This record gives sequence, structure tokens and C-alpha cells, in this order.
Amino acid sequence: MDIEKREYAYYPGCSLEGMAKEFDIATKEVFTRLGIKLSELADWSCCGATAAHYKDRLLAYALPARNLNLVGKSGKSEVAISCAACFSRLKTTTMQLEHDSKLKAEVELVLEEKYEGGVKPLHILEILMQSVGTARLQALVTKPLKSLRVVSYYGCLLVRPPEVATFDDLENPTSMDKIMECMGAVAVDWPMKTECCGASLTLSKSDWVLNLVEKLLREAKDAKAQVIAVACPLCQANLDMRQIDLQNQKRIDFKMPVLYFTQLMALAMGAQKEKLSFHRHLVEVQSTLGAYLNQ
Amino acid sequence: MARIGVFICWCGENISRTVDVVKVAEAMAGVPGVVTSVEYKYMCSDPGQKIMKESIKNDALDGVVVALCSPLMHEKTFRTAAEEAGLNPFLLEVANIREHCSWVHENKEEATKKAIAITRSTVERVRYNLQLKNITVPITARAMVVGGGIAGIQAALDIANGGHEVVLVERTPSIGGHMAGLSETFPTLDCSQCILTPRMVEVARHPKIKLYSYAEVESVSGFVGNFEVKIRKKARSVDTSSCTGCGICQEKCPQKNIASEFEEGLGKRKAIYVPFPQAVPNKPVIDRKHCLYFTKGKCKICEKVCGPKAIRYEQEDEIVEERIGAIVLATGYETLPATFFPEYGGGRYPDVITGLQFERLASASGPTSGELKRPSDGRRPETVVFLSCAGSRDLAKGISYCSKICCMYVAKHAMLYQHKVHGGKAYVFYMDVRASGKNYDEFVRRAIEQDKAIYVRGRVARVYEKEIEGVKKLVVKGADTLLGEQVEIVADMVVLASAVKPSVGAAALAQKVGTPYDQHHFYSEAHPKLRPVESNTAGIFLAGAAQAPKDIPESVADASAAASKVQILFSRKEMERDPYVSMVNSDRCFGCFSCEAVCPYRAISRKEIKNRSGEVLKVVAEVNAGLCQGCGGCIAICRAKACDLAGYTDQQIFSAIRGFNTTSTYEEEVVKK
Amino acid sequence: MSMNMNMKFEPKIMAFVCQWCTYTGADLAGTSRMQYSPYVKIIKLPCTGRIDVQFIVKAFEEGADGVIVSGCHPGDCHYTSGNYYARRRFEMFHELMSFVGVDMRRIQFAWVSAAEGRKWAELVNEVSKRVEELGPFNVFHALREQANELNP
Repeated sequence: MDIEKREYAYYPGCSLEGMAKEFDIATKEVFTRLGIKLSELADWSCCGATAAHYKDRLLAYALPARNLNLVGKSGKSEVAISCAACFSRLKTTTMQLEHDSKLKAEVELVLEEKYEGGVKPLHILEILMQSVGTARLQALVTKPLKSLRVVSYYGCLLVRPPEVATFDDLENPTSMDKIMECMGAVAVDWPMKTECCGASLTLSKSDWVLNLVEKLLREAKDAKAQVIAVACPLCQANLDMRQIDLQNQKRIDFKMPVLYFTQLMALAMGAQKEKLSFHRHLVEVQSTLGAYLNQ
Repeated sequence: MARIGVFICWCGENISRTVDVVKVAEAMAGVPGVVTSVEYKYMCSDPGQKIMKESIKNDALDGVVVALCSPLMHEKTFRTAAEEAGLNPFLLEVANIREHCSWVHENKEEATKKAIAITRSTVERVRYNLQLKNITVPITARAMVVGGGIAGIQAALDIANGGHEVVLVERTPSIGGHMAGLSETFPTLDCSQCILTPRMVEVARHPKIKLYSYAEVESVSGFVGNFEVKIRKKARSVDTSSCTGCGICQEKCPQKNIASEFEEGLGKRKAIYVPFPQAVPNKPVIDRKHCLYFTKGKCKICEKVCGPKAIRYEQEDEIVEERIGAIVLATGYETLPATFFPEYGGGRYPDVITGLQFERLASASGPTSGELKRPSDGRRPETVVFLSCAGSRDLAKGISYCSKICCMYVAKHAMLYQHKVHGGKAYVFYMDVRASGKNYDEFVRRAIEQDKAIYVRGRVARVYEKEIEGVKKLVVKGADTLLGEQVEIVADMVVLASAVKPSVGAAALAQKVGTPYDQHHFYSEAHPKLRPVESNTAGIFLAGAAQAPKDIPESVADASAAASKVQILFSRKEMERDPYVSMVNSDRCFGCFSCEAVCPYRAISRKEIKNRSGEVLKVVAEVNAGLCQGCGGCIAICRAKACDLAGYTDQQIFSAIRGFNTTSTYEEEVVKK
Repeated sequence: MSMNMNMKFEPKIMAFVCQWCTYTGADLAGTSRMQYSPYVKIIKLPCTGRIDVQFIVKAFEEGADGVIVSGCHPGDCHYTSGNYYARRRFEMFHELMSFVGVDMRRIQFAWVSAAEGRKWAELVNEVSKRVEELGPFNVFHALREQANELNP
């Protein structure tokens, strides 16, 4: 297969338009450098993560189904997704509607159109590992992140539930680690790869969330990591923002930048630091990554 | 006109709760040809059988239907009773209205209707039953035991001591199985090798036992009493008759860093090796995957140092044939490898090991001579965490069953650890402690009370490595469900009591032998309570952990039971077999021999039909009843309808089909009444 | 054939099963007390290889609305290969039957082992439900009556 000519439908999702804008920018940067076109779906809508799937089961399937239909209408059968939650919703929907004819009928009633099916949602990690491959990634590195110690944080939705997120090992995922190694960084093994960061309890149990985040950050620190790589906007926001809370409430300052893995990739592939919006993060990036930002 | 008797069983409440047996009897009474139709509380009881026997005589029955439990349960019982009453036993059929009806339906009207249909169909079938006679076949009083672990050893010795020849086939270079690698055994803590090796030697010396080690069953054909078995003797590259077992080859072999299977990967072996010092036979084998001569084409040091010139590089696998009367499958078990558990770091952290690996660490003959050391750095583990149920009873891991032996060996491990590392801490995470066996619970209590093992009820979510004060430790994160708290234990070593599975290849062997196995590939017993060591295939017996997880005493008991079953079979010169064999009507046969092609037993031969002057008129098929197993493949393929299967004739089947649907209005009315 | 329209349609389904796997599997469903639809009735045969396609035609002719054929899983045949012959035979039979106009949803070929009591119960329920939806196989049953009239 000629990778240069590949093209995917692209579903950015709400976060990547707003607070995770830098994830969107970095992902597009990486894919452009790989020669893969990401064609953003026209008229895409919310995937139904968080609010919808807590409140209304039908809505939680109807929203992704609408977007999946859009992929089909654009003439494509695969859709690339950056956000872990969007990926989970869309993939779950394809699987559920395949064998639940009753639900499918309800969804079609709401959508006022047939659910066509046959669309495969792919997380960008999955595309990078399975279609692009490490050799091609390595070839594009111009400014290797030499000796930068990175811990990869996968969180929940990239590996769970195991029947939905199938592209990596449920208990010990390694795809992001491998990519970080390709970028020249030191992929540090650590125990919290798939532990919950508590983001979904942000409003209801904020003290729990603080504890969970503290544990995560402490293990990252103990592993002598300089930066945490993530692939989920909610994880990023939570791990980043809570460090400020920890400073204020517990007087602990981890100073641990939390970056999207595509930001690190883009950096290693030679992208301008100004382009990658590091200033949007709360924990200051310059002091840790200075050497890499200015190389 | 037929004279059929129908006897319907209540089976206490088992049938009568959902099937109105009185109505079934009433409905059958109205069927043409049925001269008597009665129901009784327990047909299988003596008085129940007597009702049938007397009716056979008094009503001059020429066909009987008993409507009760599955024919697998009681067909034999009632056919024997019928024979005692003077009726050909094959004129009796069972209508299964318990397993296939009363137990699976709740609605009484529907179940009664179905029971009537089943019984009616059987009545229609029995009209066309033929008087048949059992077939007698000779028995070869020679047994094959597959698997040379403790179960196979015990079975072989028992059969041989009973005076019959035994062929023992073992896949690895030595017999002994897992038991040879165990340190000490629960609940007595006697040394495993001390009690096993005398038995191994006895096998080697026994005049009635022929041992094929480093050999596998290639194929099995034939049937009970008359199996033909091909055995593949894998090339050892050593001539065992001239080899004296001196061991010099092993000593001089330059290839020394091969992970030893016997040491569960914790120790090393050479490319030419005897798996362990007490191996039987004590003759080496060349591991061709690692041997320098076989991989690089040079070396041959073993050949040079071998005094008796016993090295044979050119040796090839050899197929030997054996005639066998009965087969004991004792292929044993294996446990899930540590790599199966990424959440516990299995395969990534060298100090996360399996129970079988711990056995080798604790064994006096093991890689550390019985001293407990961490595989990673050789340090003495000050804290060890044992995880019970690693994989077992865990649907997420695909294993629903309890591995049964782990609770006991984990307690043993905790004890052995305490005995070897004084002041060390042993934690055991468990779901339940299942210690049901003689002196078993006492043993576990001893581990807890005397040897101070700390039992934590709960499961472990994750094990990860962490450097603490310059030493790599394992952090065990789990739940203590009694305290309702999360716990974290910093340990030096983690031992997984990983789930027991049947040996690799168990299913493939079952397919060769033609015996059923379950979804986990454990061999299926003929009856879970009453026939635990027999398979559903005549002449195939089961022993040990190949059938389900078992400990040593159970495996030995199984083996002796299987051996006794074999000897019962061998106590007769010939045996009777069901007469369900194919028959050819030579008038209709035109000699296409499609039947010959589909017969798996080569039971079809060609017969010339000649006229008086000796000219061949035509060649037709003929069935050798001794070889035919009655599968009926030839009948379905026969275009001339010249073949038929005794006991399952076309006429019987067609009649049974009709019987299901000829529910008369009379019968319908009976149900509605 | 008269059918009281007020009565609930109770499909007649015949199952031709081998004695080693599926029959024993159905026994297991019984000993495990699994509840399932009562419309399927079993005819036991030594092996699916024994099944003549005429049995199936006969079953429909005699009033069946659906047929199940079930034996050992591939590789597990007690007679080593009977189930393979059966499978091949039904591949061909399949075409013939659909050519003749039989709705193939009325015939279900399955593998149910002696350990699969649950699968047997599910199979019975699934086929019962499907045949119930398809309704009585009147077209075929009527053919029989016509034939009887022609050749009394």
C-alpha cells in the first residue's frame, strides 16, 4: 500500500476545537508530514461523550451514528479520531448497532435516515502503529528528543472496554511508548499507564480526583519522567490543571508538563515550537523542554 | 398387527412435575398396536421393571417403549430386563421424556404434548425394530498408556502387575511428569522425587511394560479391543541400546545456555541432555534446534567423547505400530505462563514467577539447590506475595473453573518459604480457601497459625516494579475485601498460582483417538458421577489431570481405577458389541463402491457374485461386521438404497418421523381433558 | 389439513442429531435444567453422516415446519469424518432445496458438542422463533395433499 496517498476522513470532536486546539494542530502537523490527508467531515456534530451517554442512551448512540453516516456519505470507510472519548463512542456505536436491531431502528427513527454501517473508526495511535509503522515514523525525525524521559499515559478509553479498544494490550499497552522511542525519547515504563485519572468525577468528587492525580504524578516523578504524554483531551486537562490545585491545596508542585503525544512527535519531526501552542498548557513547558524547543 | 407395550416413568417428580404421565399413558393406549400402556413412579426400580417383564410375558409383547430418562442412563437396564423376560433386547426403545422434555419445559400442557409426541414417535419406530444379536469381537489384552506422569506411571504399573502388557508413550525424553519437578508435596511435606523415582525405576524394569519415551501417538484406528496404533518415536540422535548413560556428552557439550524445560526456564541445560539426573530412561537426547552440529554443521564433540559410540546424527523419526486393546489417556496438565498476565508484569519482571517455577526454586535438586533466591539478582526475598486464582475462576481470562490444586500448594509454598527464610513475610491473596481433602484444612491452618502466612482475602489488580533504596522491588496493589480497603505491599518476589490447563495437544490427541473433550479441552468422562474414568468411546479410559485439575492422590486413584477398568475389559477373551452395523442388499447393489470410499473403518469389501459356471455376474459391496462401527455413512451415500443400518434402518427413521406428526385428534383430546 | 385460526401456531420442528455430540449436549441442557422452547423434537442417529436428505424432505412432507441438523464440531466426529460428509451433502442439498422453492431459513445446520448444553438451548430457541415468524409450511404440506389426490 502506498502510504503517501492515504487519506482518511477526520473527526476532530468538540474538545479539539476548543481547549484541546493544540492537539488538533499537532495531529494535523504530524499527518501532513507523513503525507496523509485528514479530510475533516463536513457538518460533524458532538459524539455524545460524557453528558449524552450519562443522560440518554438513545442520544448516546444516535449522535455517533449521525457522524458515522457522514463518513459514509463522504465516500470513505475509515475515520481517524484523535480524542479517546470520541473514538470510544463511535467505535462502541458501530459495534452495538451491528447486532442490536431494535436500537438501530430507534436510532434511524431519530436520525430520520437509515444507519448505513460499514464505517471503521480508528484512533490515530492505531493508524500510526498499524498502517504507518515505526520505520516510517523514525525516518521523519529530524530533531530527536534525545534522552527526554517520557511516560505514556493511556488512561481508560484507549484500552477499555477491551472488546471496543482492541488495538493495544488491555493491561500493558505499548503503542505510545513505541512511538516515543521512535522520536528518540526514552519511553519510561511506569505502573500508572491505564489507571483512572478521575476526570469524569471532576464535578462530583473533586477531592477524589485530586488524590488520583497526585498518585499518578508521584509515580511519574518516581519514574524520573520529565513529561507525561497523553492522547485524551480530558486526561490532559485534568492532569495539567490539577497540578495548580495541588500547589494551592497541598503545597505540592510537581512541575510535570502534560503534552499530547502528537505535540512531541511534531517537535521531533522539526515543527516550529510556536506552531504547537505550548503556551496553552498551565504547567510551564519551557523549563523542562527548553532544550528541545530551541534546538 | 404389532403388540407393543408402553411403560411411562414418573421418575418421582422429575418427570411427573411437568409431564402429565397419566395422560401420556392414556394417549398411548389408543395408538393402534399398543396393547398395554401404563405409568409407574419409578420404572427403573425392581417393582417397576417387574411390571414390564410380566407384561412382556403375559401380553406377548413384540415391542416395548419405555418413556423415561435419557437412553444413556437406562437403555441397558431395560434391555437386559426385556431379555430376561424373553424378548429380544433390541425390540425395546427408550423415549427420552426427562432430559429432552420434563427438565427443560415449565408449561405442563406443552410438556405433556411434547412427551406424547416423543413417545408416539418411538412407538412408531419400534414397530420396525428388528431382532438383533450382539456381535462378538476378540480382545487384544494389551494396553497403551499415553502420558508418563504420575497418573500414567500408576496406570501402567497396575495393568502390568495385573499380568497384561502395557505400552507407555511419553512425549518428553523422560517419564516423571510434573511430579518429578515438585519440591515437597502437601499435606505431608514429603519429598516428591523420593516417592516418585522408585516408581519410575519400576516402570523401566518391568518386564510387561514397553516404554516409548520421546515419542508421540501418530494415529489410532480400530475400536475397543482392537486398536491399531502408530507411534512416532522422535529421533533422539542417540542409540539408546549402546548408550550407557555415562553423561560425558552432556558434560562436554559447548552449548550450555539453553533454558531447561525441567527447571521451568530458571536453570540451563546443554544441547545434548538428560532432563534431570533421575530421568527414566537415563539416556540423553540431542535438541536439534540448539545443537551446533545441526544448526551450524560443525562441532560433533559429543560423538568424539562418546565411548560406546552411541551418537547418531543421521537418526530419523521412526513409526512403530502396536496392536492395543485399551487406551488410558493420562496426558496431564500445564499451567498458564507468567506472560499471560501483563497486569502482573509476567514476562517483564523476572521476579514474578509461577507456582511451578517456585517449586524448582524450593527444590533441593533445583537451580539454586533449594535456596530461595530471586531470579533477577539472587537476593534472598524478604517478602513474597502469593496470588491464588491467577486466571482461575476468572471469566475475563476465559477460565471459569477452579484449578483445585492451588489453594493447597500456595499454603505449602508459604510454609516452605518460612522454613527457608526465617523471619520472612509471606502474603497470600485469595478468593476462597478450598482445602477439602484428608488433612488438607489442617495443613492450611498450620501455614497460617504456625508459619504465620498472612492471608489477605481479595484480588490483586496490578504488580509493578519500583526501585526503592537501590533495590528493585515489586509493588503489589490489591484489595483487602474483609477490611474494605485497598492495600499495597512492597515485595521481593511474586508467585502466581496460575491456572491449570490441559496439556498442549490434548485436543489433537482426543481427535486422533476419537473421544470427546470439553470447551477447555479437558477430556470428557462418560458420566460425571458413575463413570468418571471412562470416556464415551469404548475402550478409552481417562486418568489424572487430563480430565480436570487434580492433585497427586486423586490422579493416582484415577489411574488405579482406569487400570482396573482395563483389566475388567481384558478379563474376557472376546467381547460383545452393539449390533448396529451396516447391511448390504446385494440384489440392489450395483457396485459403485461409494460406500467403500466413505467408510472410515475399511469395513467394506468387494464380493463377486458368480453364476453356476463360475462366471462373475457382478461385484457388490459386503460389510465386515467386525470392523463396521455403525456410523451409517455408507447408507446415506448409497444411490441404490442397497445399504441399511441395523438398529437405524430407513424404515425405522421414516416411521419415527411420521410418528411425531401423527398426533391424532384422540391424543389431542386426551391432552385437553 | 385444517388449522384452527384461533389457536396459537405451534411450529413442528424436527431435529436430526448425532448420538455422540448433540444428543448428549441436549441431555446436558436437561441435566442443567435450561428452559427452552418445546417445539423441537429429536430423532437420534449414530452420526450426521447417516442423515439421508430424504429424511428432511420426509419431515417436511409429514408436516414439519422446520428442521435442525446438528452433529459434532469439525474434527470431533466420533467416526472421524461423518460430519464432513454431512456438511458436504448439505451444501449440495442446500442448492437443490432452494431451487425447489424451500425457504432455507426453515433448515438449520449446526454443530453442538456434548459440552454445549447452553448452545443447544439457544439453537432451539433461535430456530423456534424464526420458524414461528415464518409460520406454517403450508405450501409444502399442500403439495403432499395434492400428490395424495393424484396417486391415491
